[in-house]
Amino acid sequence: MPSLIGSYSLLFGLGCSFLIIFFSIKNFKNSNLFDSKILSFSLLQLLFVVISFFGLILSFVISDFSNETVFNHSHTTKPLFYKISGAWGNHEGSLLLWLLVLTLFISIFLLNTKNQLKDYRILTLLFQQVIIIGFFIFIIKTSNPFNYIYPEPKEGLGLNPILQDPALAIHPPILYLGYVGSSIIFSSALAAMTLNWVSKEWAKHIKKWILVSWIFLTLGILLGSIWAYYELGWGGFWFWDPVENVSLMPWIALTTLFHCVLVLEKKPILTSWVIILSITTFTLSMCGTFLVRSGILNSVHTFANDPERGVFILIFLFSLIFLALFIFFFFYKPDNVKINSFFWLSKETAILVNNWFMMYFLSVILIGTIYPIFLDVISSEKISVGPPFYHKLIIPFLIPFLLAMAIGPKLNWIKSDLRNKFYLFSFLIISLILSSLIIINLKIDFLVNTILISSGFYLFFITTRDFFVHKFQNLAQNISHFGFSLFILSVLFNNIFSSEIITNLKVGETFKSKDVIIFFEKVTKKKGQNYETIIGKFNIVDSENIKQTLIPELRIYNQPNIVTSEADIKINLLSDKFMTMNLVQNQNYFNIRYQHKPFMIWIWASVSIISFGGLISLFKKKHEV
Amino acid sequence: MYGRKVKLRFLFILLIILILILTTFLILKSLEENVVFFQSPSEIKALTEIKKKKIRVGGMVKKDSISVVSKEVKFIITDFKNEINVVYSGVIPNLFEEGKGVVAEGYLKDKNYFLATKILAKHDENYMPPEVKAAMEEK
Repeated sequence: MPSLIGSYSLLFGLGCSFLIIFFSIKNFKNSNLFDSKILSFSLLQLLFVVISFFGLILSFVISDFSNETVFNHSHTTKPLFYKISGAWGNHEGSLLLWLLVLTLFISIFLLNTKNQLKDYRILTLLFQQVIIIGFFIFIIKTSNPFNYIYPEPKEGLGLNPILQDPALAIHPPILYLGYVGSSIIFSSALAAMTLNWVSKEWAKHIKKWILVSWIFLTLGILLGSIWAYYELGWGGFWFWDPVENVSLMPWIALTTLFHCVLVLEKKPILTSWVIILSITTFTLSMCGTFLVRSGILNSVHTFANDPERGVFILIFLFSLIFLALFIFFFFYKPDNVKINSFFWLSKETAILVNNWFMMYFLSVILIGTIYPIFLDVISSEKISVGPPFYHKLIIPFLIPFLLAMAIGPKLNWIKSDLRNKFYLFSFLIISLILSSLIIINLKIDFLVNTILISSGFYLFFITTRDFFVHKFQNLAQNISHFGFSLFILSVLFNNIFSSEIITNLKVGETFKSKDVIIFFEKVTKKKGQNYETIIGKFNIVDSENIKQTLIPELRIYNQPNIVTSEADIKINLLSDKFMTMNLVQNQNYFNIRYQHKPFMIWIWASVSIISFGGLISLFKKKHEV
Repeated sequence: MYGRKVKLRFLFILLIILILILTTFLILKSLEENVVFFQSPSEIKALTEIKKKKIRVGGMVKKDSISVVSKEVKFIITDFKNEINVVYSGVIPNLFEEGKGVVAEGYLKDKNYFLATKILAKHDENYMPPEVKAAMEEK
């Protein structure tokens, strides 16, 4: 029954779209006042999509296996929490979530822009409706979450156990708020372009929306990363996997866009660039959806390999890009009276330079992600691009990037000089000395690491000083930049000081090396709600003679029949001790991975600090910078 | 002659183009160095020379071929036409099983002997690496 209601309310929702478009066009031509009917219908549409979404959740909760989606992804023995999160833990449901966020955002937009120009509001709504209709048709035609199976199966197939995890239950909604939030930026940019309203006022207004999606996107990526760390058992937080890359690319574009909008807020320059970035951000979000959902990339996110879906998203994506470019070239007339002067030493130049670096990082990631697909299509050669590619191309350029990030905010708008900035120089010296002291006794490449860590420290010191000297001035920006420096430093130290032991052990055996002794004491078997578990007990003595017991688990889920390993992590302010174990088939050996990972918690904390800066910026009343 | 401003602008554009060319070159160069090719056991058999480059080998883990010697795991990858011996020390993914698909990354010692540095994790029981699927279909 909930499925039936959900299914019909989807159709009604689509119907609303046409009514909204009809009234919008009528209103656009005829009147000077915003027609309140449009707002009512938008809210009605949102209501229908919400009903539809709750219909799906309810179907999952009551385990209605006559619904194909529920049958494919649920099971009666699954805990209630994962029955609910299972609703968006699959292709169909996650697209419904996309749609929900799309309609939610446009409703909030309409409620929030009462003081803006009528034409601008209507045009934004129209462009957003184009996207919404596209997704409605996509869902109803190729991935309807309410397909009916007859006769009704007795039991469902179950949800992939590695998705049965609290972090992953909230990861998709948060990430989607970021992804889909960029749709508003896209629609609004198109509307502003058509009306030739790409101005300071527009920048001020759109900045809020950029911040909202940016915060959610940051948190979404963070959650996914934390999950990968403890659940996949690969012992890291970022693997340059294509699926990770597709979420990082919109993030970079969004960050760049945000900085540009700050410039636009001050001076009517970079207008075309802001527009291009707005379009790029949304295109990249859509690309991410396309790559992940079409089955081109194989990963945990690939729920089904259905070429029809891929083709649909691709066509839809290209029509949107075409629409955007059409408006850009035919409607958009940038002001000819541009103040096109950039003084070489000014805040806007610094932002522009950092923009170039961002674009460089973006293109490196884009090429690394797309090239294997491209090569497969034209020559059917199968390749993969690994972390060394990204490290080699990105790390050297991080150095000037970090330095510019430290000095840039110190400059004034329009024209600036660097007199009386003695501390800028002295901090550089301190950072250099500090990092060479750290690196000098290690057997790693001295030069690159020293310079890299120095620039990280440099940004760290300068932003820390600002907390004391400037107090609440530019607080948001300073928090985020501080977070970024902390992030870079934690990642670097994590990389340099991590150590790992991988070996095969039987129960009762001991592994010895000069740093650590691992004793495999015993295994115990237990029963969970929908899995059986084998718990290993390991006694570990490290080089400082500290004893610890780690108990990694091996879970054997009943439906579907999958084995997952649950890492045991001892978290500490300075470092994590991480252990996983796997069964080797037909042998009594267990494959053990023991890792010592310094500063892991600082990586998570620093990313949270970065997004917290965004939050502050969103809520500050007085306009600063 | 051209004014100073025009000259400056020209220089600026030239600089940008130069940087663009340089970065493109840099990206392509390191792409070439860091790309890992995928090969099936049959393709390896057909090789004329053994390169010292990292490659990926994919296929099925042969039945009854897994054995453990302290740190190392030995097994055989087969595409049902040819097979290759693999020696591996490292993390074994959960779904590494006999009779299931596998992708190993590492270096060739010779045509029958592969030193793996990584075995790729799979996420569910139905998932087969696309490379393996293609290799199976060729058969």
